Amino acid sequence: MSLSVENLTVYYQTLQGQVKALEDASFTLADGEIMGLAGESGCGKTTLGFSLIYLTDQMRYIKGKVRLNGKVVPIWDNRKMDKFRYQDISIIPQYAMSAMNPTKKIGKMVKDLVQSRGLDYSEIEQEFIRRVRLVKLSEDILKMYPIELSGGMKQRMVMVISTLLNPELLIADEITSALDVSTQKAIAEMLVDFRNRKFLNSMIVITHDISILYQIADSIMVMYAGQLSEKGPRDAIINSPKHPYTKLLISSLPKIGIKYQEEKLTGIPGKPPLLLKPPVGCRFRDRCPLSYSKCKEVPPFVEVEKGHFVGCWKAVEENV
Amino acid sequence: MTSKGNVKSEVLFFAFRNWKVLVGSCVILIFLLLAIIGPSLTENEPLGFVYPLGSSEPSSEFWLGTTMFGQDVFSQFTNGLRATFYVGVLGGGIGTIIGLLVGFISGYRGGIVDEVLNIFTNIILVIPGFAVLLIIAAYLEVRSLTTESIFIGLTEWAWVARAVRAQTFSLKSREFVDLAKLNGMKPWKIIFREIAPNMLSYLVMTFILQFGGAILKAATLDFIGLGPTEGISLGMMMQQAVNWGALQLGDWWWFIPPGLAIMMIVGGLYMMNIGLDEVFNPKLREM
Amino acid sequence: MFKLENVSKIFKVGTFGGKELIAVDNINFSIDDGEIIALIGESGSGKTTIGKMILRLIDVSSGKIIFKGKDISRYKNDKLKQYYRRVQGVFQDPFSSINPIFKADRIFESVREEFISGISKIEWNKKVENTLLRVGLNPEHILNKYPHQLSGGQLQRFLIARALLLNIEFLIADEVISMLDASTRIDVLNLLGKLRESGLSILFITHDLSLGYYISDRSVILYKGRIAEMGATQKIYHHPMHPYTKMLLASVPQINQEWDRDVILVEDGGQWNEGGCVYFDRCMNPEKDQQCEYQPPELIEVEPGHFVSCWHI
Repeated sequence: MSLSVENLTVYYQTLQGQVKALEDASFTLADGEIMGLAGESGCGKTTLGFSLIYLTDQMRYIKGKVRLNGKVVPIWDNRKMDKFRYQDISIIPQYAMSAMNPTKKIGKMVKDLVQSRGLDYSEIEQEFIRRVRLVKLSEDILKMYPIELSGGMKQRMVMVISTLLNPELLIADEITSALDVSTQKAIAEMLVDFRNRKFLNSMIVITHDISILYQIADSIMVMYAGQLSEKGPRDAIINSPKHPYTKLLISSLPKIGIKYQEEKLTGIPGKPPLLLKPPVGCRFRDRCPLSYSKCKEVPPFVEVEKGHFVGCWKAVEENV
Repeated sequence: MTSKGNVKSEVLFFAFRNWKVLVGSCVILIFLLLAIIGPSLTENEPLGFVYPLGSSEPSSEFWLGTTMFGQDVFSQFTNGLRATFYVGVLGGGIGTIIGLLVGFISGYRGGIVDEVLNIFTNIILVIPGFAVLLIIAAYLEVRSLTTESIFIGLTEWAWVARAVRAQTFSLKSREFVDLAKLNGMKPWKIIFREIAPNMLSYLVMTFILQFGGAILKAATLDFIGLGPTEGISLGMMMQQAVNWGALQLGDWWWFIPPGLAIMMIVGGLYMMNIGLDEVFNPKLREM
Repeated sequence: MFKLENVSKIFKVGTFGGKELIAVDNINFSIDDGEIIALIGESGSGKTTIGKMILRLIDVSSGKIIFKGKDISRYKNDKLKQYYRRVQGVFQDPFSSINPIFKADRIFESVREEFISGISKIEWNKKVENTLLRVGLNPEHILNKYPHQLSGGQLQRFLIARALLLNIEFLIADEVISMLDASTRIDVLNLLGKLRESGLSILFITHDLSLGYYISDRSVILYKGRIAEMGATQKIYHHPMHPYTKMLLASVPQINQEWDRDVILVEDGGQWNEGGCVYFDRCMNPEKDQQCEYQPPELIEVEPGHFVSCWHI
C-alpha cells in the first residue's frame, strides 16, 4: 500500500474563525495508482493536496494520520516535512508554470533547486537531460529564460523537475486547466507515461474537469464541501456512481452528442454551504434530493463494493 | 467574506482599531483644534508689539512667552498653525486635483493623448520643483499665503498623475468598465462613477501625503525667507527665531514650538497613512 | 440579423506601434434571427475580439458589421446608444463585471438611468422582478446584496437579466460559464436555450466543444483569426472536414470515449505561417503541399450551409 490517510482534518484560520475546509478524510492509494480528485470550488481538494506536503500559514492541522509506505508522515511539522518534500512527496501546484523566476535561466533554476536539497547536481544531470529529451524538449532549453517557452513547454519542464528524484507520491493540482486542448492531451498522457516508467509511484491528480480524469485516472475520488463523497474505480464512478452528489454531477456534464433540444441536462439547485459554520452531518443534505433524518449524522466512508467507497447513508442502505 | 457585508463598514471597523490611524488622527485633530480656537484665546495680534521688554519666558500672561521684539509667541503659534493648515489644504488639494485629472485622462484615453500628457508629466517630475519654487518666490515682490499654496500645488502633482494613470490603465480593462460602456455612458461618467470609487483608498492616502508634503515645502520656503510677505506661519517663526539669535540666547519658546508642531503634524499624517495602508489592504493586517 | 463582411482587426504592438498583430483576418459570416451560433476557438483565435467588435468595445480595422441592414461598425454616441438597446453582452468573470464596492443592484439602476429614465418606480420594480424570475432568480434572495454575497452562477444570471431589461434582440455571451462550477454551468446554459426559444439570438463564444454542441444551432470554428470551418453544429461535429476541426475533436477529453493514444498531435509552438494557410505548420493532412504554404485557402461551401477553408478535403 502506497499512501494511507486516516481522518485527516485541516482547517483554515481566518479573522472570523476557522473554516472547516477538510473534515475526516480517509482513503488509500495503491502502488502505481493514479487517483483523480474531483470536486467543485471550495470542496477541499486543493486543501487535501496541500496538507499532504506543506501547510500554509493559515492552515491548521487538527487531526489525522498520513502514512507513506507504512511510515508516518509528520505533516503537522513543516520543518520535519523538509526531508520528505521533493524526494518522497512532490507537488506541481496550480500556476506552477507562471511561477518560475523570470530572471533565472531554466538550467540555473534546476541547479539551485537540486542543490538546495543538499544534492549534487552533477550526479543527477545526466538523468535530468535524459528526461528532458524524453518529453520531446531539447537540451538547449536549459539555457533559455521562462519567458521564451510556450505554455506546453513550461508545463513539461515543471513535470520533469517535480519528478526528478522519483517521488513516491506526486500531487498535480490543476495542471491542464490553462492549456490549449492539444497540449492538454499531450501533458495528460505524459503524466501516465511517467507513472508507467516508474518516475513516480502513485499520483493524485486534482482537477475540476472530470473528463480529463476519465482519460488518465485509475480511480476517482469526489469531494463536496470538505467531505469525501465517493471513491472508486474510474468506470464505476462514471457509469454507476452511488453518491447522490456524484450522480447529479456526472449527469450535468455536457458531452458531444447531447443536444439541448433533445435532452435537457439538469444542474444541482442551490449552492455549497459556507464552511465557517457548516451544517451538522452530511454537508450535502440541503441540496440532496434523497436526504432524510439520518443525514444529520455524518455518514461514514464505507466500502460498498471492492475498492468502491461511499459516504452516504442512503447509498449504503441500498447496497446492503 | 465579512458577515458585515459592507466594504465601507469593514474599512471603518479596521480603521478604528488601527493604533497608527488613531494616534495620527488624534495628533492632527489636536493641532487643528488649536488652529481653530487658539487665536481667539488671546487678544494679542501675532505681529503686535505687546511686551515692551522684548523676549520673555512663558508665563501666565504669555503662555508661550514673547519674541525678541515683544510679540506674543502663543498668538503667533496658533495663527501660524492656521496658515499651515491652509497651505496644506490648498496646496495639497491643488496638487491632488491636477494629478487626478491628468492621470485619469491619460490612463483612460490612451493613445496620443496619453503619450503627450505622459511626456509632460515626466518633464515636470524631473524638474526640481523646489528650485522652481525658489526662483518664483524670489521674483515675486509681494507674496501671499494663497500664492504660495497655489505654486506649491502646481509643482507637486506629477507623481500623483503617474500613479493614477497606472491604476486607471489597469481598471479600464476590467469588465465592469465594458458594461458601463454598453450602457452608453460617457467617458467622464465612467471615470468618476466606476473607476475612481475603486481607487478611493489610494486617493485618500494620496491627499494625505500631498497635504503633508505641502506643509513641509511651505515651512522650508518660509524658513529661508521666501515665504509670504505678510502674516505669520510656523516656518516664518523659526526663520525669525534663528535670524535673531534665539538659539544662542536660549529663547527656546520661540523656535521649539513651531518646529515641534511641524514635525508632529507631518509625522502624524504619515503615521495615519501607514495605518490606512494596513486598513485598506487586508493582506497587511495583523491576524 | 447580423452580417460580418470582411471584418479584420489589426493591433499595433511593440514600442511606438512598430509591429502589427493580425488578430482577426477577413472574417465573413452571418447570424439569423432566433438562432444560437457558437464561435469556437482556442486562445489566440480572435473569438473574443470579434465579440468585442460587434459590441463596439473595440474598433474595426476594416470591413463592415451590418445589423438589420445598417453598418454599425463606426457608430458612436447616440446612434451607438440606440444600438445598445438592441444588442448587449455578458462576459466571462461575473465578479469582475460588477463593481465590487457597490451593491449588485446598481447595475440595474445604471440601465434605468441611461435607457429607461421616464419609468415610474412601481413599474420599474415590477419589471426588475419579472426579469429576475425569467432568469430563474428569486428577487427576495438577490436584491440588495453585494456581489461577494452571491455565487458566480447567480451573478451571471443577474448579468443576463440586466441585458434582458432592455428587450434586446441579440446577446453576446463570451465564455459566460467557464468560471462557474460544473453544477451551476448547466443552469445558465439552459437559460440561454430557453431565451432562444423566446426569440433571442445569441452569439455563444467558447473554447469548450461540448458546450457548443449542447446549445448551438450553427458553429464557427476559428483558428488564428480566420474561419477554418463553419456550418450546422451537428454536421461539423459528426463530419468534420478541416484538419484543425478534426484535431480539436480528437483531443477534447470526453467521458466514455478514450483518447486515441497513438495519435500524436502537433502542438502550438506560437509561430504560424502568415503567407498561406495559418494552420500549415500543424496540419497533418497527408495532401499538404506548396499551395497550402503560400496561398491562403478560401472559404468554400462544400455542401449547403457547410463551409471549409482548406485546399485538400
